[in-house]
Amino acid sequence: MAPARVNARADARLIRLLTLAGILVLWEALGQSRLVFGEALPPASAVAVAIAREIISLSFYRHLAMTLGEVAGGFVFGALPGVACGLALGARRVLGAAADPYIAALATTPKIVFLPIVMLAVGIGPGSKVALGAISAFFPVVIATVAGMRAIPAVFVRVGRAFNLRPGQMVRMVYLPALALPIVTGLRLGLGVAIIGVLLGELKLASAGLGFLARDYYDQYNFAALYAIVAIVFALAAFANTAMSRLVRRAESRY
Amino acid sequence: MRSRFAPALWGLAALAALAAALEAVVRLGLVPKLVVAAPSDTALAIWRLAAEEDLFRALGATLLTALGAVAAAVAVGLPAGYWLYKHPRFGLAYRNWLGALFAAPLVLVYPVVLVLFGRTYVSTGFMGFVVGLVAIVLYTREGLAAVSPTLVRVGRAFNLTPRQEFWKILLPAGTPMIFTGLRLGTIYALVNIIGVEYLINFGGLGFVVSETYDKFDTPGMYGAILFVILVSGGMLWLLKRIQLWLRPA
Repeated sequence: MAPARVNARADARLIRLLTLAGILVLWEALGQSRLVFGEALPPASAVAVAIAREIISLSFYRHLAMTLGEVAGGFVFGALPGVACGLALGARRVLGAAADPYIAALATTPKIVFLPIVMLAVGIGPGSKVALGAISAFFPVVIATVAGMRAIPAVFVRVGRAFNLRPGQMVRMVYLPALALPIVTGLRLGLGVAIIGVLLGELKLASAGLGFLARDYYDQYNFAALYAIVAIVFALAAFANTAMSRLVRRAESRY
Repeated sequence: MRSRFAPALWGLAALAALAAALEAVVRLGLVPKLVVAAPSDTALAIWRLAAEEDLFRALGATLLTALGAVAAAVAVGLPAGYWLYKHPRFGLAYRNWLGALFAAPLVLVYPVVLVLFGRTYVSTGFMGFVVGLVAIVLYTREGLAAVSPTLVRVGRAFNLTPRQEFWKILLPAGTPMIFTGLRLGTIYALVNIIGVEYLINFGGLGFVVSETYDKFDTPGMYGAILFVILVSGGMLWLLKRIQLWLRPA
């Protein structure tokens, strides 16, 4: 690598490090002095202690398990119909064109406003969070699958037919290689919004889960613990996103 | 002509069939009325909410909050994006962070924002501002960085001042991408604001959804949710039209 590029990278790392340090120092100073937000902004050190306290507490893992279960359920129940609908809408041009504006409008709508309907239908328990996660995950997956279907060159399909491939072979040799990347990309986005859907549902009304825990700390004015939960949730979301990005890159290199 | 409008007609026909089926299912008592509102009742409820002026006041409150949030995001985001373009070291350093923030579930910080600003328009507006800002900074920097170096060199050859360079070269050439940032930022801001309004039971359209649920006004709730879908879809359509107009195909 040329020295100039190494320097630029080292510079970037230094700038990031200094920025991070600056933010932490400023946060600590503002929090300790209580000048700007008073009790509402606990110092960074207090939040760090609160994070540590959560990580060693047993009840935290009960809430974590609940949230992870709801996210997993929502993701599966959203992604599977998403792929199926995407394949159907992508295969029939008129069907896809007819559905497009409705899917676009629904995909844009904040999914959390569907929570009241979901709560009326399945109650206020974990089922409602799974359903909200599923509704959230469905749209990015269906949109990505349709786009993937439309991007398959017609000649690939014709070649497959010319070779008299059976439906199973068509899926394995024509559709799967062409669709793997768009579908995995859609799944990555879908998992991200499923996490948001579940957490927001828990924050609005729940009796377990990380969202409920954050809400509980909020009601107790335990702000350091609230900030800690938000930080942990962000770390988990970032982890999920990184893992899915790795999957996307694998699909990229394989197909 | 026929082929161009056929999908839209099919879509409307399917929607009408779906509404008729739903109407029948509810009227026949196959699903409880408290859970699913009949489409006819939902339409009447929108009319009722509109007549009582709640709905349009709420729409105005939401749109004004979004407007303020986007205006603030532009006022901060455009200069910030320009600064990151002018100082490539910082641009390079913060690029990944911006990308990570863009993908991050920013709406989940709302409890913290609620602690800082309370149940006020500042909180809902701030939640819109944050998501709008990230999109605008990110796309402004990328848009300016993608401006052809030839154009920039032409500007240098004419001895343009930095101000002239910005207004006559960079901004016009970067507009398509910068507007993409503005479009995404506006949509995300609007969506986040409505979502947070619902979550904290305060403000415009999101508040109406929350209120109607709390009052067991199922048709009103369905009407309010349908209205939110119409507003989100309408905003998406409008911004796409503006973008097409900015860059005629």
